[in-house]
Amino acid sequence: MVFNNLRLCAAVLTAAAVAAGCGRGNEGPPAAATARPDAKRVDPATAGTVTGRVSFEGTVPQFPPIKLDSDPACAAQHPNGLPVDTIVVNNGGLENVFVYVKDGLGNYYFDTPTGPVTLDQKGCHYSPRVFGVRVGQPLVIVNSDPTMHNVHGAGNVNQQFNFGQVVQGVKNTRTLTAAEVMMPFKCNVHAWMTAYAGVLPHPYFAVTASGGAFELKDLPPGTYTIEAWHEKLGTSSQSVTLAEKDSKTVNFSFKAS
Amino acid sequence: MLHRYIKLVAFSTLLLIAAGGMVTSTDSGLAVPDWPNTYGQFMFSFPLERMVGGIFYEHGHRMIASTVGFLTIVLAVWVWIVEPLRWLRWMGVIALAAVILQGILGGITVLYLLPAPVSVGHAGLAQIFFCMTVALALFTSPGWKAAQTPVDDSMLRPVAATATGLIYVQILLGATMRHIEAGLAIPDFPLAFGHLIPPAWTLGVAVHFAHRLGAVLVSAAIIALAGHVWYHHRARRELVRPATLLILLVALQVTLGAYVIWSGLQPIINTAHVVNGALVLVTSLVLTLRSFRCRFAPTPGTDARAAVPGLLARKPVTSSPRI
Repeated sequence: MVFNNLRLCAAVLTAAAVAAGCGRGNEGPPAAATARPDAKRVDPATAGTVTGRVSFEGTVPQFPPIKLDSDPACAAQHPNGLPVDTIVVNNGGLENVFVYVKDGLGNYYFDTPTGPVTLDQKGCHYSPRVFGVRVGQPLVIVNSDPTMHNVHGAGNVNQQFNFGQVVQGVKNTRTLTAAEVMMPFKCNVHAWMTAYAGVLPHPYFAVTASGGAFELKDLPPGTYTIEAWHEKLGTSSQSVTLAEKDSKTVNFSFKAS
Repeated sequence: MLHRYIKLVAFSTLLLIAAGGMVTSTDSGLAVPDWPNTYGQFMFSFPLERMVGGIFYEHGHRMIASTVGFLTIVLAVWVWIVEPLRWLRWMGVIALAAVILQGILGGITVLYLLPAPVSVGHAGLAQIFFCMTVALALFTSPGWKAAQTPVDDSMLRPVAATATGLIYVQILLGATMRHIEAGLAIPDFPLAFGHLIPPAWTLGVAVHFAHRLGAVLVSAAIIALAGHVWYHHRARRELVRPATLLILLVALQVTLGAYVIWSGLQPIINTAHVVNGALVLVTSLVLTLRSFRCRFAPTPGTDARAAVPGLLARKPVTSSPRI
């Protein structure tokens, strides 16, 4: 009898676990990734670096500031409108380009960071607009605005989710469980708000800052495909071979389409 | 009185379709992530000052939908009490069931993050519900009930029914195009990537191009229908008026369709295209139903119910047949 009850409890718990796994969204951490038997770790003593710059050729498109009249709380924070930051160029360098190792890492194994990446909604604008996050790493989404936002994670590979953040200061944590370049985030309350996450199983990614520079550190020796992604200008790839303790420069250039 | 009330319901439904069109056109479908609540609050107690940005469109759509739902409950009850014809009474009930189903579809599409089949179903059922309210308004109108010799044209009936069917299919194609975000899959008009036929094909391009071909087919069908009415039934105002209106509406619809492309999916133009499409559909429906009126209408001295097997009234129709 006791054995039957235990079996019943086990069945119920299993069903609940399956149902939870089938649910939309993912608030909790994923199960720990299991390394392949032949997986190896990067030896820091032999690792090298790829640095470079993403430049923009041509005339930088100019857009009028976005009017935020549809939400007074947003308009109050940007009385002259919100500058459009889809194509930002400083000294010929293109910002907000996601540069990452697309291919060539083979069977290296990397621990999943436990520290979170933060996506903030401040001034009715995502900060950062483009960012990288590791598969399984916590992603904290914060509403720093005195207004409501919805957060629609519109993944094609990752499970989509949509939730509201009503109160200023509220935080929600999501964990993205699959590699995806890029996963869009969108606020449908404020149609101009869009962000993009590069979700990767390894740490070799960067987002170009002012001047278009990037750096990929601690890469083991090997031949890699490096890809640069921009939300409006598309992608560009190059191959690079690193010897032990090597440093290579890879530059990308995008043109106005 | 009932006829006027149903006209109000039909007009409210058109307003609801416009509000739904604005939700899609402004990409506000997920601005309120929960349903039936709004950001955790009871829908009707959600503060007006919080209806900002996309919430204004999505929550506003829900409020108008709730109003139409309430109006439809009254309509169904009123028709059930007043109308002697069983099929008409059941039509009111079916309209109520349709609006309830429509609300549930709207909720499902929000909760499941706008899956295209559900969103297209929501758009398609909206048009059917609008057709039902217009048909009910027509069936309860004095003109429909008047003892006038109806047109009996065996050619007009299939032409009109075909045009109405084509318009509905065209609306479903348009809804599919909108909900798979293919509105600009072909970015130029009247050509397609500078060619008559698109040089490259994707699902979006195919659906978009099908909608353009559909516009040609529908326009041809409407011209044929209007031409037939003008040529054969010039004296029948109840046919000539909707036929003329159809031509005007379809010309406006094609123009709006072109401006949808040229404006880069400007939300108000986009929504005007949706609303005008609904008007094209119901105008064609009215013409179609009037072409079938002889199948409903009684001749003097006979029972109307005898003309259409199955259209049985609750009580016998005597001196004043109500069809």
